[in-house]
Amino acid sequence: MKPENFAWLCRYLQENTGLVLGSDKMYLVESRLMPVARKHLVDGLDALIETLRSRRPRELERDVIDAMMTNESFFFRDGKPFEQFRQFVLPRMLQSRATERTIRIWSAACSTGQEPYSIAMILKEEEAQLAGWKVDIIATDISHEALARARSGIYSQFEVQRGLPIQLLIKYFTQDGDRWQIVPELRAMVQFREFNLLDDFGPLGRFDVVFCRNVLIYFDQATKASILERISRIMAPDGLLYLGGAETVLGVTDRFVPLPAHRGIYGLAAEMQRMRFAAGA
Amino acid sequence: MKTCLIVDDSKVIRMVARRILEELDFSIIEAADGEKAMEACRIRMPDAILLDWNMPVMSGIDFLRELRKMNGGDQPVVVFCTTENDIEHIREALQAGANEYIMKPFDSDIIQAKFAQVGLL
Ligand SMILES: C[S@@+](CC[C@H](N)C(=O)[O-])C[C@H]1O[C@@H](n2cnc3c(N)ncnc32)[C@H](O)[C@@H]1O
Repeated sequence: MKPENFAWLCRYLQENTGLVLGSDKMYLVESRLMPVARKHLVDGLDALIETLRSRRPRELERDVIDAMMTNESFFFRDGKPFEQFRQFVLPRMLQSRATERTIRIWSAACSTGQEPYSIAMILKEEEAQLAGWKVDIIATDISHEALARARSGIYSQFEVQRGLPIQLLIKYFTQDGDRWQIVPELRAMVQFREFNLLDDFGPLGRFDVVFCRNVLIYFDQATKASILERISRIMAPDGLLYLGGAETVLGVTDRFVPLPAHRGIYGLAAEMQRMRFAAGA
Repeated sequence: MKTCLIVDDSKVIRMVARRILEELDFSIIEAADGEKAMEACRIRMPDAILLDWNMPVMSGIDFLRELRKMNGGDQPVVVFCTTENDIEHIREALQAGANEYIMKPFDSDIIQAKFAQVGLL
């Protein structure tokens, strides 16, 4: 690929998805875009980029973006955050929202669906406490292809064995050979939507819990800060934010602060301040 | 150091599993069938057992039922590791007292994920 086409692509991806590619990523780009060039019957990567530059065909744009995303995900990724969700976040929400009996959860970069379905399984396991409650799980991602897989709820034998307890596998999946599909009841609990984190969050509504895990790592500081600030504006005052294990708000935004006893979970700074006052500290 | 008993009639599988589990800091004992595994457990109960299903002499599921009746046999965490990959077999294993279940083929990521899930790591 010609250096100027590579440079154009890097700029294009950063402007349209936030993804920052190092100048050493030429090889990665080439290996990911070769199949896209073949699919669209264009002759080589320079031709591919030039088509994109001159005409921006929608389907090609979509396929290039899909190809450049890293969609790796696991059920109950890292274990602990989901344990905390069951033992701490959910009980807290059940208590504070006892009047309205509504909880809205956003999985903000849901990839192939493991994250929102893990949440759905926990809710299902706790359903006795949730009788009469309305819990929405909105799961969004920029990748069309990842979302199609998420909606299908079909996973390989390999994917269902990394993080998913066997009891939940036999309870919430049906088997077709070495493919496993989430049961319709659980699929119906999650609303999947194509959504770019660079766009306005307004149309999504307000959320009580936001999972924004393992996506900020791909962005530069300014984009991270902008996303976190915009999340803070659509979150309930006592809402909670989850980031990935390698991500933090520290040094990026002061809108959120880590919860002292719950690693990886963040609350709105303003609310934490208020609570400290209320506690007389 | 925790001990893991690897029960499989395939020497190759035992070797692959041994390498992965030694990496995870387990001390390994091997047995080629259920009966040899029983003997090993009588001498010393391991912390974990990685258990194949189909083996000559005594199958994994028969071994597990015997084990759970033994004095101290409720202690080891038992993870099946088998090509019996259907829900009926998984149910039967859980009913017999298995803690986790790995469907072959496996790799180090799967073993690590499953062992972490049942609190062995
Ligand atoms: C590594 S996955 C994380 C999946 C899941 N949250 C987890 O922690 O396992 C990152 C996802 O972020 C998505 N993504 C990247 N840039 C995005 C953007 N600008 N808007 C929405 N999603 C984006 C990618 O498509 C990919 O599916």
